[in-house]
Amino acid sequence: MSTTSSTTVDPADLVDQADPLVIGGRIFTSRLLTGTGKFSSHQVMRAALEASGSQIVTVALRRVDPTRAGEGDILDVLDPARFTLLPNTSGAVTAEEAVRLARLARAGGLGDLVKLEVTPDPRWLTPDPLETLRAAELLVADGFTVLPYCSADPVLCRRLEEAGCATVMPLGSWIGSNRGLRTRDAVEIIVEQAGVPVVVDAGLGVPSDAAEAMEIGAAAVLVNTAIAVARDPVAMAVGFALATRAGRLGFLAGRGAVRHEADASSPLTGFLS
Amino acid sequence: MTTAPGRFAAELAALDLPRVAAVSHDATDGDVDRALGAEHRSIDDVAALLSPAAGRRLEELATAAREQTLQRFGRAVRLFAPLYVSNACLSACTYCGFAKDLDVVRRTLTPAEAVAEAALLVQRGFRHLLLVSGEHRVEVSADYLVDVVRRLAPEVASISIETQTWSDDTYARLVEAGVEGVVHYQETYHRERYAEVHVAGWKRDYDRRLVAVERAAEAGVRRLGIGALLGLAADWRHDVLAVAAHASWLTRRFWRTEVTVALPRIKPSASGFAPVAAVDDAAYVQAMCALRLAAPDAGIVLSTREPAALRDGLVRIAVTHMSAGSSTEPGGYAHPGESQEQFAVSDERTPAEVARMLEAAGYEPVWKDAFSLR
Repeated sequence: MSTTSSTTVDPADLVDQADPLVIGGRIFTSRLLTGTGKFSSHQVMRAALEASGSQIVTVALRRVDPTRAGEGDILDVLDPARFTLLPNTSGAVTAEEAVRLARLARAGGLGDLVKLEVTPDPRWLTPDPLETLRAAELLVADGFTVLPYCSADPVLCRRLEEAGCATVMPLGSWIGSNRGLRTRDAVEIIVEQAGVPVVVDAGLGVPSDAAEAMEIGAAAVLVNTAIAVARDPVAMAVGFALATRAGRLGFLAGRGAVRHEADASSPLTGFLS
Repeated sequence: MTTAPGRFAAELAALDLPRVAAVSHDATDGDVDRALGAEHRSIDDVAALLSPAAGRRLEELATAAREQTLQRFGRAVRLFAPLYVSNACLSACTYCGFAKDLDVVRRTLTPAEAVAEAALLVQRGFRHLLLVSGEHRVEVSADYLVDVVRRLAPEVASISIETQTWSDDTYARLVEAGVEGVVHYQETYHRERYAEVHVAGWKRDYDRRLVAVERAAEAGVRRLGIGALLGLAADWRHDVLAVAAHASWLTRRFWRTEVTVALPRIKPSASGFAPVAAVDDAAYVQAMCALRLAAPDAGIVLSTREPAALRDGLVRIAVTHMSAGSSTEPGGYAHPGESQEQFAVSDERTPAEVARMLEAAGYEPVWKDAFSLR
């Protein structure tokens, strides 16, 4: 038996390796996706993203400025060797706008992976189900790997999957709200039905929210605001990374049945045997 | 001929602002406690936050406002620059350096000159521009604006306008050309005072101005900027309450539209106008805090009218959108000092200096947070 590996390998790493997340044919070992908005600086953002262990990082195309490449643009900070960049269409209010943004991004060399966001309501930033579905159909037909941010609606998630989306990304609660997994009951149905990974996106406020989503079978979670606006974003990123793994392990291990009363160790009918 | 009152005018009349303004003077500590603790704040709660009782608890207000700002907007501040295309004006507003009867050097940029000014601003880092003009329907016609916007749209991610109000299809044409935002400050929501300071031109028509915001929203403008010019009316609390009510109404009525609010204070200008009631810095900060707590989702805009120290302080509390390195005269970026400015700026730092201040304060200066609509 090797004397080094047993002391340096975290058993949870072995689980990650044996239980990869597959999105659109790409394989990932981290199930925590992170966003890049609301950070105080690019330096803090990079430190938090690295601490999170995330392999998929989403960036708003409206924040990307190709004319400033190499001069402090947000993409300069994200090492493509380390992170799979997931451009998102936030700010789009119609399917056409989202499609146009995704195409511009692809033409600009950002690849064909896209997080679809169509949010015509600036107050709650809730996704427009009709426009999202329409955009998903257009983008899939155009060869994109589409990860749609959507309402926690079981039928909508079915429809998005049928449209060829690589995941569905139902919201946990309103984006940026840190309110936690308010849509738990709906997400449970979505997870049970889904043939693609379910990524709980938006609203997760503390690490235990991520653990809760993972325990009920989400394939991954996406967290941004909770990390970005924490007093210590790096520590919060680590917290979410640990909780995401803990939740996944809890799911894989299979919890026992929930009982309302104690289960007597000496059954009352034991005398029959 | 004057314009018939729009829907918000009716709402405002029903609100009985004089009664609410009285609350803003008489609220007790208990009212302030309730207003601070409320999850959804009524207009009476906002009045309590504007009260002298709340003014004695400014640090508490600022803490609550800061928390709200961080939650909704994060540690990021969007930077923009005003681009004055003309100071020609057919309106006479007693406080404005562009008022039609003032003997000042007038200039309207040609579309090519406007593009050249924009290029300078782009060079300085800006991707969000606000086109500003006086009210001159011949020199700054709808055709002129559409032309300028079309020329800028490929280079500038976000274009907003602050011009005269329009009663025809101009807003729809501007949206089509690539305008993202329209800014129309009511200046004062107090009808009688409004009539005293707006003495000639279209701007004299209170209802034309107020309804223009609704017309812009109906035409598909994505971002509406509203505000009041503090120092115009005797009771600043009245106008802050009206702005809060207006923002709330617009948000409910036009669910696709984002609202930004601003509370500029009167600055010295060629008009020689003196504010009737100066709003001191502490009251100003209180107004900003109350507005943030009244309208948690609204961007709050602060221009270079205000001095550097105050801007630096307010960015930590409530402000989310800032101009920087501004010139308020047409052509003033390429050729400063050749025509009349609208008002004197106080914060004269360069855009890069303002960006460095933000970074030092723990905020990311956001130069681009939009995509070209055309």
